[in-house]
Amino acid sequence: MNPAWSVIFFTTLAGAAQGMVVTLALSKLAGLPLGPGFVAGVLLIALAMLLASLAASTLHLGHPERAWRAVLMWRTSWLSREVIVLPAFIAAVTLWWWMVRSGQGSSRWLMIACIALAALLWLCTAMIYACLRFIQEWAHGLTLVNYVLIGLASGCTLLAALAGWRHEAAYLSLLAPWALGLTLAAWATRTLALQRNAGLKPKSTLQSATGIRHPLLRQHSMGMSAGAFNTREFMHGMGLAVLQRVRWALHGLGFALPALLLAAAIGTGAQALLAAAVLAQAVGLLAERWFFFAQARHPQNLYYQVVA
Amino acid sequence: MTTVAKQLALVIDLNVCVGCHACVTSCKQWNTSGAAGPLVDSNAYGADPTGTFFNRVQTYEAGSFPDTQTVHFPKSCLHCQDPPCVPVCPTGASYKRKQDGIVLVDYDKCIGCKYCSWACPYGAREFDEARKVMTKCTLCVDRIHDELLPPEDRKPACVKACPTNARLFGDVLDPQSDVSVAIRERGGYPLMPEWETRPANHYLPRRITPAATGGNGQKEST
Repeated sequence: MNPAWSVIFFTTLAGAAQGMVVTLALSKLAGLPLGPGFVAGVLLIALAMLLASLAASTLHLGHPERAWRAVLMWRTSWLSREVIVLPAFIAAVTLWWWMVRSGQGSSRWLMIACIALAALLWLCTAMIYACLRFIQEWAHGLTLVNYVLIGLASGCTLLAALAGWRHEAAYLSLLAPWALGLTLAAWATRTLALQRNAGLKPKSTLQSATGIRHPLLRQHSMGMSAGAFNTREFMHGMGLAVLQRVRWALHGLGFALPALLLAAAIGTGAQALLAAAVLAQAVGLLAERWFFFAQARHPQNLYYQVVA
Repeated sequence: MTTVAKQLALVIDLNVCVGCHACVTSCKQWNTSGAAGPLVDSNAYGADPTGTFFNRVQTYEAGSFPDTQTVHFPKSCLHCQDPPCVPVCPTGASYKRKQDGIVLVDYDKCIGCKYCSWACPYGAREFDEARKVMTKCTLCVDRIHDELLPPEDRKPACVKACPTNARLFGDVLDPQSDVSVAIRERGGYPLMPEWETRPANHYLPRRITPAATGGNGQKEST
């Protein structure tokens, strides 16, 4: 597939915001003493990220003015379900922020609702990809596992950095090991998915695509003298060297370097290391999401091998 | 699974398609002028022209020289009986008609998210870059049911244009129709059966016949 930046920004930003809200809600539910100023500030940042991700996803549409129609087919479409759950999650986080801001404190049920909506949103986002059975790289349970773990890891890392910045020392010392653990867990499951995808055998072949049952079969013409939607949407056109570099960024910046920086921050207590971990992970996870799309081989590409 | 009263479809005979692209141009002409159009053409006279088409003719070569077969392969929406592109549409703009099984896009409801095109293993859908909506073969729905046209013209434009009669059109659920007989008697097959989309369109495979002149009797010695 040709990775779309709108979808890359949407899924990474929303995922981190979900992870941060879930971590904060679990912390509050566990009875950690967090100041209302800190909670409101974190929620406001999460809201800004969610609204930015909503804007990015809208940019993906040819007709954003008709986006409201996308709530209609929730019975069959994971995309429709996502379009319902995302605003519901934003509304719940807004309500939580407003209650904290106006001195009413964090409602237990509202925080549970935020956790449930974040989980539902991860499910919808992941299933949009995992339900396409013929995109074999995506049609697997690891797609959901990775969306959840990567969102939790990046959200927890960001929350730890914010705790360090706002001098919530006790909370930071509790959070940083969790951020490190989640980052390592996400790295492990993402690596599992990459290994699985590297060994996949495409179910469709040129023979099954055309029904011409000859072992020696090649395309001479895709039926057009230049490109078309089929060559633009489903092929990234990048060479192996670029893919290799993105893969290094995925592993190095997305997981390895943030894990090292988090470990160093736990050891030294230096807050600048936390900010560096957030920055590295942000870039690395954009690379991760780009690779998620680029690695998916759509069977339609079998029909579009030779421009002529 | 959708239950349909009829399932209109094309059956394409790979024995007689000569790769002339008449079906491609007639499709473009009819659909750009009609209810499905206009279909964009960008940079049409430049070095890198691109545009929206509902039908393409591709060319494949099987075997190695000198034993090769050139196969011209027309490709359009297969109007699957279990179309994976329909349930994923978030707005209901993509739908399968109950009365004749045609898979269509309602351009007024399409938000241009392109998800349906990801969900089609055949690459049958093309996003129109000018109108920002998804488009696809309509099986000339605005033509085949038009009672103002003479009965012999109530066929898709591609079928009418084909000079070798490589394209048959009819109801594949009616066992007595021309298309059902052709599929049954000549080994008609669907594309990518592994994804269980149950395409309505079928293809008639090449029949390998011995050369008519000079070929027989050369190696009859025991």
